[in-house]
Amino acid sequence: MDFLRHVTTIAWKDLRVELRSREILFNMAFFAAMVVILFSFAFLKEGKDGAMVVVAEVAPGFLWIAVLFSATLGMARAFDRERESDTMRGLLISPAPRAALFLGKAAGLFVLMAMVEAVVVPLIWFFFAAPLFAEPVAMTAIIVLTTAGVAVVGSVFAAMLMRTRARDVLLPVILYPILVPLFIAAIKGTSGVLVGETEQTWFWIRFLLVYDSSFVVAALWTFESVVIE
Amino acid sequence: MKRGIYLAAAAACIAGIAGTLYLIFYRAPIDRLLLFNQKIFYYHVANAWMLGAAIITCGVSSLLYLRTRQGRHDDLARAAGELAVLYGAIVLVTGSIWGKAAWDIWWDWDARLTTSLLLWMTMVGYVLVRQYGGPGSERMAAGLGVFATVNIPLVYFSVKIWRTLHPQTSVVPGLQGSMRAAMWSSVALFAVLYVLFLLARMRVAQGERRLSELREQALDAGLIE
Repeated sequence: MDFLRHVTTIAWKDLRVELRSREILFNMAFFAAMVVILFSFAFLKEGKDGAMVVVAEVAPGFLWIAVLFSATLGMARAFDRERESDTMRGLLISPAPRAALFLGKAAGLFVLMAMVEAVVVPLIWFFFAAPLFAEPVAMTAIIVLTTAGVAVVGSVFAAMLMRTRARDVLLPVILYPILVPLFIAAIKGTSGVLVGETEQTWFWIRFLLVYDSSFVVAALWTFESVVIE
Repeated sequence: MKRGIYLAAAAACIAGIAGTLYLIFYRAPIDRLLLFNQKIFYYHVANAWMLGAAIITCGVSSLLYLRTRQGRHDDLARAAGELAVLYGAIVLVTGSIWGKAAWDIWWDWDARLTTSLLLWMTMVGYVLVRQYGGPGSERMAAGLGVFATVNIPLVYFSVKIWRTLHPQTSVVPGLQGSMRAAMWSSVALFAVLYVLFLLARMRVAQGERRLSELREQALDAGLIE
């Protein structure tokens, strides 16, 4: 119980800083919207056999690339703050266990990403008439699991790179190859929702679960040893 | 003593290269479909296995490094990580040549090709972190090594399912007689070479680490500026 309290305290601290300064949230959301619009110029074509097929092929990609790219902006910032004001040491010597510290950071990023998704998902529904809300349960599961996966893996890598000079460049370089399975699952699952293939969708949801649990374990295990000074 | 073993192994490799080339070009028959092109197979497959060996070595020693914090595990991980990038590049290039000859296409998003590409990119990221990560990069790299290892089955599985929507037949020749001999001789040769490269690179890493430790000690003692 104490553990959960520590997690929420840290997540809430991060969110409160963000809500007061609004440094990244608006930029993330705007950036994500811009990515969607740029992609539509690049890939949207008029289909011969109805627009729906085209949308089902490209809309999941628009959604998840926009989310992933904007999340990269957010995750670097979450640890940048701790570094700039040198508060990471304070967090590390606080009585909160390291695992709680990490999960709190990841939870903060999760909420931030969820807020961005609250903009991007309706945007895609609005622009491309994509029936994203056709299966609310499955779609919510995909969104929650994918966001959790990105938040967990991203927090570990952002924490690792916190003290590096080239961190802004290195973060996507090491993060994206690890996120590829997650990305494939999110895109395939979402397109399953769009074309109404329930079996495919649930297969990928199970895959996301496996991915998330593997990396939560790996993250909890490595976080402690990579952030200690 | 150690030096003698290295030299003996290196000499064995030179002999092995000659022997394997003989087996490949004079003993193994010419493939009926792919003709002479099939010869790249012996090189490609051996290197692909070494790519796997290098990634696993890197992952395991990263894990050991995070656990024990002993520099030697880190040196080994570093050597294996760089070798993985080298082998990955060889595998991707020779694989493309093979693909062009066999399927008349340079690249195909087949499960194995895609997995190799992604693992290679992860290892390139690993080397980039080591190169540009600055102080403390060995811990970051070790963390990345662990993540990359956890990721291997997930990548293979997801890519495989992703591709089963578009099934693809592949031409993998069943190996008989002298082809098999050439193949295994090649694999054995490259395995010995891999270990030699690994040890050589590891010794350089060890030297670098000792040098920087000594430099720090000297700085502390005020011997150098």
